[in-house]
Amino acid sequence: MSVLSIDGLVTGFGDRTVHENLSLEMRRGEILGVVGGSGTGKSVLMRAVIGLVAPRAGRIDLLGTRMDAASEAERRAALRRTGIMFQDGALFSSLTLRQNVEAPMRERLPHLDPRTSSGAAELKLALAGLPPEAADLRPSEISGGMRKRAGLARALALDPELVFLDEPTAGLDPIGASAFDRLILDLRAALDLSVFFVTHDLDSLAAICDRVAVLADKRVVAVGTVPELRAIGHPWIERYFGGPRGRAAFGA
Amino acid sequence: MPPPRLRDLIGDDVLTLDRIDALRDALGPEAGPLDLSGLVRVDMAGAWFLATLGPARLTGAAPGVAALIDLAAEAMPPPAPPAPRRPALPDLRDAWRRAVAGLAFFGRVLVLAATLPRHPQALRLTSTVHHLRETGLSAIPIVALMAFLIGVVLAFQGAAQLRQFGAQVFVVDLIAISVLRELGVLLTAIIVAGRSGAAFTAAIGSMKMREEVDALRTLGLDPVAVLALPRILALVLALPLLTVAADVAGLVGGAAMAWAELGVTPGVFAARMEASIGVGHYLVGLVKAPAFALIVGLTGCWFGLQVGSDAESLGRMTSRAVVVAIFLVIVADAAFSILFAVLGV
Repeated sequence: MSVLSIDGLVTGFGDRTVHENLSLEMRRGEILGVVGGSGTGKSVLMRAVIGLVAPRAGRIDLLGTRMDAASEAERRAALRRTGIMFQDGALFSSLTLRQNVEAPMRERLPHLDPRTSSGAAELKLALAGLPPEAADLRPSEISGGMRKRAGLARALALDPELVFLDEPTAGLDPIGASAFDRLILDLRAALDLSVFFVTHDLDSLAAICDRVAVLADKRVVAVGTVPELRAIGHPWIERYFGGPRGRAAFGA
Repeated sequence: MPPPRLRDLIGDDVLTLDRIDALRDALGPEAGPLDLSGLVRVDMAGAWFLATLGPARLTGAAPGVAALIDLAAEAMPPPAPPAPRRPALPDLRDAWRRAVAGLAFFGRVLVLAATLPRHPQALRLTSTVHHLRETGLSAIPIVALMAFLIGVVLAFQGAAQLRQFGAQVFVVDLIAISVLRELGVLLTAIIVAGRSGAAFTAAIGSMKMREEVDALRTLGLDPVAVLALPRILALVLALPLLTVAADVAGLVGGAAMAWAELGVTPGVFAARMEASIGVGHYLVGLVKAPAFALIVGLTGCWFGLQVGSDAESLGRMTSRAVVVAIFLVIVADAAFSILFAVLGV
């Protein structure tokens, strides 16, 4: 069963095309890693799927809604079933962490009892690995790693079916990054989460991704498990997974 | 009596975020047991709520549901101690410290400006000229328009009163003295405070937020010399010029209304001005302009450097900069009035 289906996507800015005839399919419950060199449009792809960038052509089917063709209300309804974690957390700077996680809840259910929203928000922050004292701090008062975790907690606020993560482990220490990987696995098991994981972290790719989609030449050149990808013999894929870091993560 | 099932309490076998309040109300204050055997779907928020009830009260949960409740219970943070109450009154010592720091900033800028003649290369000419254009040249239309309209209003209001005494010709004195001594320079300074002062605060404040100011320091550059000095210098040069424009526009506006309302022709206006309005009034207004410029420039840049790391503080500091600048300009204007009265100017 597919949670995301992209077909023939074309995106661009001005006279620059970023994607051309891009197709990708994502199954329910899978953790899909999305890799590509810098500038291949990984973030643009994610933004096109969630509706922040308007595609020039193509179909985007997100959780059963045609994001390229549906009305504003239908798109918003589909987005409510997803969670998005931006690259530095993109937390609201004037709110505490607890209020940041409560924000989607209060938006969806304006009459929610403060005890409920507060408790549920604290739980999400705890699940994301943050200490209880952090709940009352502002984003500017915590470290970068904690900001990412808070961003993840907010992405999970409404128990989404599909979560988009944009380079979540970038800048995290190895212990933190590894703990983050485990967290994603636990949440996938507990909540039947599907994860769209844009990353460069070879260790994350090795540890938790079911399949990896490779972005190059403005499209997805290959999708599959890492051994399947390496068997294709694409030069860029070989350098990516077969270089010294790749060998350390995946073994020669 | 068997423990109540979820469906009996909230009419459904699903416990998600939107059902929790209903369940809490239905359960009431007594810590009675709850039968979860019919529960088909629960989200993390629901699992959290069930975990808060405590394992002793829950029976009959399916394995999947129980696993989620356990996950929530393990992750649940301990109850927090009550937060310390924040003091209600603003800290006066804090305000004093801030005022002293502001004064120090003023001194800093003066010292930098004073050392410029000896180190002319420290002057960032491109930056200063850019700000001169932004705060001066671009502001001429709005300042002139505002002054023209003030002149019109002054003449109109004055005319009504003077007509009663047959003293129409004194409308010239009224307009000239008001515009040249006071209103031309004061209202120009107020417009510049809102326009350029706020711009300084917002620009420098955003740079502070994005750590660009820190980056300047690490490169061995002084943020005050690089960011504040060019802006303040430009304003000190621009405001007197804007005042001249405002004076002219104000006089023209006043003359136009005087002609329309009282029949005071431009010829008569000019003759009366030459005869009884000394250049001293014009100079009095002009002398205040650099002082006002210094006030607006200093407050704008100072509050910009006070901006914290969130969007809220940027807004707060910008609005504070404008209010404080206008307030200090008016205080300075009053001080100048007293000074000139004492000097008999």
